[in-house]
Amino acid sequence: MPDGQSTSKIVMRGRGVVPGKARAEALVTRQTISGWGGINEREGSVIELRHELRGQSFAGKVLVFPGAKGSSGWSAYFHMCRLNGTAPAAMIFTRMTTKMALGAVVTRVPAITDLDGDPFEMIETGDLVEVDADEGIVTITKHET
Amino acid sequence: MQLTDYEKQMLGGENGPAVARAMDLLVRYGEALGAERLVETRNVAGAFNASTPSIRSMAEDGFDRVYSELNLDSDDVVDIPHMAVPTCQLITGIDIENHALQGADPGLVDMQKDGERFFGQRGINMMCTCTPYQVGNVPVRGEHLAWMESSAVIYANSVLGARTNVEGKESTGAAGLTGRIPYWGLHLPENRLADRLIDVQVPVEDMAGWGVLGYFTGLQVEEAQPALNGISATPTLWELKHFGAAAASSGGVEIYHIPGVTPEAPTLEAAFGGNPMPDPIVFGERERVATWERLQSAEDRSVDFIMLGCPHNSIEQMSRVAELLEGRKVHADVALWVHTPRALAEVSKRSGYTDIIREAGGVVMSDTCPAISRRLPKGVRVIATDSAKQAHYLPAIAGVDGWFGSLEHCIDAAITGKWRGGP
Repeated sequence: MPDGQSTSKIVMRGRGVVPGKARAEALVTRQTISGWGGINEREGSVIELRHELRGQSFAGKVLVFPGAKGSSGWSAYFHMCRLNGTAPAAMIFTRMTTKMALGAVVTRVPAITDLDGDPFEMIETGDLVEVDADEGIVTITKHET
Repeated sequence: MQLTDYEKQMLGGENGPAVARAMDLLVRYGEALGAERLVETRNVAGAFNASTPSIRSMAEDGFDRVYSELNLDSDDVVDIPHMAVPTCQLITGIDIENHALQGADPGLVDMQKDGERFFGQRGINMMCTCTPYQVGNVPVRGEHLAWMESSAVIYANSVLGARTNVEGKESTGAAGLTGRIPYWGLHLPENRLADRLIDVQVPVEDMAGWGVLGYFTGLQVEEAQPALNGISATPTLWELKHFGAAAASSGGVEIYHIPGVTPEAPTLEAAFGGNPMPDPIVFGERERVATWERLQSAEDRSVDFIMLGCPHNSIEQMSRVAELLEGRKVHADVALWVHTPRALAEVSKRSGYTDIIREAGGVVMSDTCPAISRRLPKGVRVIATDSAKQAHYLPAIAGVDGWFGSLEHCIDAAITGKWRGGP
């Protein structure tokens, strides 16, 4: 950040689900995501027909979303994203399910849930987000428009 | 997470490296969930098969590597021993008899066969269907399972009263080798109660009707636990199979209750465990028609592919398909694939249904489905299906347009080449 320019940082606390640290741009959706049948694991993109992120890639982004839906192939597809190098850099989610937990574990990226604020209010697509899942801390630097 | 002495022994490697890797994954997974302990299971249904191009290079190193990476999330390749508890294979990507029609690469077919031999030698029952409960794996009420396949999980929890979360490829791989799965979610009786109320105000009469109601329910409740009020006629296995598959596709429903029908809901009050009921979500004629329309993604009424049997057809459905096709011919520009478990395909053949379907120009397929295999007849643009689940997934997966409707609409389209269905 250049001198003299204002920065606004927001810090939120939650529960680390998968340990680790990452720092990347946020991709935010209030819609749950399907793994099998909902993403293209070669590109790391959403393909579900009526999804608001359809056609967008989450590869290397901090994916902020409610959680997983649909097929039990969820973990296997995000697992393949990891093997293909198209996984998100980190995951922030609000609804714990077995699909979500197992998917985060095998994607092996820092993951946090149970934040002390609403991540959909606090984080917008394009914000710079640091995820410290060892300490359960999310630091958001708002995108200057 | 609290582990028993035996679980600690498994984690420590006393039962071999594969079992240790399996326990390591179960501990990471259980801690991610916030589970306090594991629970014993003697019934695992998972996805072990390897038949996709992306797995080919891994399979060339042997199936120990495939299982280690994809079913245990292990960086090391470990020798996979015999399963510790009864375990079955769900749907696969290749029909072992109709692979040429699927257009499957012969190298991948060989890989599938090699894989099946490997998994069979380790005690994995090759059921090769999304519906193990139709071919002999019918869990007992209260039994703890580790099952994948969202449509099978919702059926086992709701219709049979067995207990399972939606597991994944890695957790079922670990459960088969250890007989353990995190004790969390739907394994706990207090988490199985209804928390949403659907007030069904129109008659739900056939499979398509149950599919529409399921799709509506999933959209409305997402991953919550609905009770359906207003169901007047006892549904069949295949109607509930379609309802659950649809609700698990449009949402993440893993358990539902129908008072007087499903085992954990003798009454509506019991479905909620005596808790206060939420305001009802109404399913009336307007909602029924709107949901039907949402399931359509096609405009061109000329269809080239009819997909039946998602989830895999019961033998009663096979009988009905044959009855509708008897003495008729599928349109020259249309392919008709009817999917049923391999075990039921035997019964279909013996009953003469397969001959009738074949003489009409259709094909009876097993082991897979187009959404899983990503294999459709060449040049398909517009499909029709009697499955809300397939109508939800196949257009996105295969880049086709889709019509959804009743079995009768789909057979009519197979004969005429034109979609004439409607709500």
